[in-house]
Amino acid sequence: MEAAELLGNSGNLKRRKVINIIMLTLSVISALAAIIPLVYIFFYTAAAGISSINLDFFTELPKPVGEPGGGIANAIIGSIEIVGIGAAFGIPVGLLAGIYVAEYSKTMVANLVKFVTDVLSGIPSIIVGIFAYGVIVLQSKNFSAFAGGFALGILMIPTVTRMTEEMLKLVPLSLREASLALGIPRWKTTLRIVLRTASGGIITGILLAIARAAGETAPLLFTSFGNSFWAESLDSPTASLPVQIFNYAISPYEEWHNKAWAGAFVLITLVFVISLIVRIITKNKFHQSV
Amino acid sequence: MYLFRKKENIELKEIKSKTHITDLLFEKTTLLFALLIIFLVFWIIYEMYKDSEASRQMFGWGFITSPEWEPVKEKFGALTFVYGTVVSSLIALAIALPVSLGIAVFLSELAPQIIKTTLSFLIEILAAIPSIVFGFWGIFVLAPFMRNVVQPFLESALGFIPFFSGTKIGFGLLTSGIVLAIMIIPIISSISRDVLKTIPQAQREAAYALGATRWEAIKMALLNAKSGILGATVLGLGRAVGETMAVTMVIGNRAQIKLSWFEPAYSMASVIANEFAEASGKLHLSALIEVGLVLFAVTFVINSMARLLIYSTTKKMTVK
Amino acid sequence: MNEDITEIIKEPLNIDTVAAPHHVKPEKSVIAVGTKNLTVWFNERKGIEDINIDIKKDTVTAIIGPSGCGKSTFLRALNFMHDLTPGARVTGELNILGRNINDYNGVEIRKKVGMVFQKPNPFPTMSIYDNVISGLKLNGRYKKDFYDETVESSLVQAGLWSEVKDRLKVSAYNLSGGQQQRLCIARTLAVKPEIILMDEPTSALDPISTGSIENAIHDLKKKFTIIIVTHNMQQAARVSDHTAYFYLGKLIEHSKTSTVFTKPKEKLTEEYITGKFG
Ligand SMILES: Nc1ncnc2c1ncn2[C@@H]1O[C@H](COP(=O)(O)OP(=O)(O)O)[C@@H](O)[C@H]1O
Ligand SMILES: [Mg+2]
Repeated sequence: MEAAELLGNSGNLKRRKVINIIMLTLSVISALAAIIPLVYIFFYTAAAGISSINLDFFTELPKPVGEPGGGIANAIIGSIEIVGIGAAFGIPVGLLAGIYVAEYSKTMVANLVKFVTDVLSGIPSIIVGIFAYGVIVLQSKNFSAFAGGFALGILMIPTVTRMTEEMLKLVPLSLREASLALGIPRWKTTLRIVLRTASGGIITGILLAIARAAGETAPLLFTSFGNSFWAESLDSPTASLPVQIFNYAISPYEEWHNKAWAGAFVLITLVFVISLIVRIITKNKFHQSV
Repeated sequence: MYLFRKKENIELKEIKSKTHITDLLFEKTTLLFALLIIFLVFWIIYEMYKDSEASRQMFGWGFITSPEWEPVKEKFGALTFVYGTVVSSLIALAIALPVSLGIAVFLSELAPQIIKTTLSFLIEILAAIPSIVFGFWGIFVLAPFMRNVVQPFLESALGFIPFFSGTKIGFGLLTSGIVLAIMIIPIISSISRDVLKTIPQAQREAAYALGATRWEAIKMALLNAKSGILGATVLGLGRAVGETMAVTMVIGNRAQIKLSWFEPAYSMASVIANEFAEASGKLHLSALIEVGLVLFAVTFVINSMARLLIYSTTKKMTVK
Repeated sequence: MNEDITEIIKEPLNIDTVAAPHHVKPEKSVIAVGTKNLTVWFNERKGIEDINIDIKKDTVTAIIGPSGCGKSTFLRALNFMHDLTPGARVTGELNILGRNINDYNGVEIRKKVGMVFQKPNPFPTMSIYDNVISGLKLNGRYKKDFYDETVESSLVQAGLWSEVKDRLKVSAYNLSGGQQQRLCIARTLAVKPEIILMDEPTSALDPISTGSIENAIHDLKKKFTIIIVTHNMQQAARVSDHTAYFYLGKLIEHSKTSTVFTKPKEKLTEEYITGKFG
């Protein structure tokens, strides 16, 4: 057998024991190594950003270089708008497609959709930006929150679809049977019993998708573009938090860097909080099903 | 129709419920949305193909092999970007793979439950940090550190290798490789961990029974999981290749091909990010979209391979 | 073409009239479930084969037989439950309450033919109250008074009312296994079916819970036709009027319970009930 082979040519016992200890230690070290950048990034961002966070930061428009104060309220609201548009488009599509894949999983189409969803989740986000540029910006002749939202919506779909599928598959068949046996039609069984039972996990997936979309920068660079002021409408260039951070970060001005750190801190906190919520939801879910 | 049914009835009367119209409607509605995803992917491909027409006509396959990228002269070749993407991604992989395997082994074989959950959670967060934050951190923390500490050290220790000598400015292939490594460690390690978990415990026990050390038992599990781990690695490669913001912020954005990893370079995603909104003309835009098309093709192939590798391992193991 | 279609639509009705003689018989002997050559296929394998059985209204029929003989398969054929199983196909003829089952869709038939499963399966996201009315609520809108009445009467009939009447709003998961199973019976009763299928409803329960469920069944048989699968022969003897013995996918014997347990006609039945195998 393989194991015997393995032992056969691995030398004397002492050497093997030393190798054992070295390899196990390396494994522990790599685990630590992964934590270091995380902790470092988190605390560095917090330290650099927190001093610029005040009420103005959330309520004021950006000030020109040299003028103290100001905030990035337009970028925060813009991000909410763009992510909102994305969610309004991406979540229903992802959810319904996920339902199809989970509930009618024996079909060829379901397998194909699974594969294509995986492909979609691997497409670089900047390419989705090019696509949104081609089909919306070029047609409407201007950058807009719609274009950005469209791109983010596409990026949300795979996460939502996959989570929906996985969570629905965790719902035991016996619940579906119980519901059907009561004369409840299949569609209602899916929506009112199965989906509701899996809702914790699905909400998790939706939150994750939103958190990721909120941090996306590349697909917004040439769709929603940016704006130093309030956007006139959803159909005009709109500032967003990540793009604003990018523009500030590559600028030569220290005040802008500070603002960017503050923005990054807001983003990281958002991600952290959502991940925590997700953890709690999925953990409860786990306990319930055991 | 009538005849067919008649015949069927004589032989075996089928008992089947009549279709419930709303059920049928619901199934078809969800199907429609599922198909929408497929349609969307094809639409993306079509759109990119169509919009890169001018550039493809003009440069043909030479687009990929020419290193010249001069918007002013309307000369476009993507080789320098392909080079930057490939080299920075491979550096990332070389760093991320061993670390990720270490983490996967730690998580699936060594760690006590509480550390397991905490570490998994932290790695999840690491995966969720927006790439703009990595890039920002790269500019202000990692790049100076590379310039002042790492690169001088590497040059003095390994300077005889051409990769590790040259101007030390902190922004370049090596720095972006490191940032990318940090970004793909979560995905490689978590999928490898999942793959390792599918290897039956009995195999490890058999190894112990033969007197194997813990590491030897783990090594056997790793060997058995190798195609799944390869899949995870390839998936990580796909991420690295498509990553945009973090790379744009630390790679230096200079369209050149230099042997030194200290030198600035440019990646496919970065050139799109930097030039797209201010493209100087139709041809420039078309060329950028063709870069996108190439990037798409590369990531598509990489991801399909990765998925097939992962499906095959996890399936094989669960059937057993 | 038009004529063809009317032919097709008429066809099942013709079969129906053929099956009608059941209606003619007086009072108690009206047939609730009648099958002819009922066969269930799992891909190319048969789960049950050529079952011919008539089950009378308002009686309790026990289905017994060794594990894997097709008891569940038979039961699930009666309310289109095989629709869910990929590769499953049902052939033959099946009349439910005097009508050919092909005249119904799954939803219609399952409102008339309720089912209780082996493992209690209350809806985890719902309270006791909501579990009972789930079938009603998800099929239409009724007044709150009606819900209240239904909850009480169903739980009373299932023998659970006194134990839960003070905590109707707590999650169904707080109940014990036996209570959950009675809740599932109550949930089925709330839809007001005419036939209730029970697939080993007590096999996951302790003796005391089993006793309360058997009591409930005893009270229910005045109003419902009950078909209960059981692997416990004492239970079959205790609760049923008729007993059907299945073996290797075939119906071996179907008579009055007293007959089956005292002087079975078939050798196979005798071997089984005397414990020679099974
Ligand atoms: N979903 C299914 N797919 C394939 N075969 C099945 C399925 N369900 C039941 N069978 C087969 O049909 C036969 C009868 O099974 P079942 O009705 O569950 O037996 P019982 O309930 O009497 O224990 C068995 O041989 C079983 O293997
Ligand atoms: Mg059974």
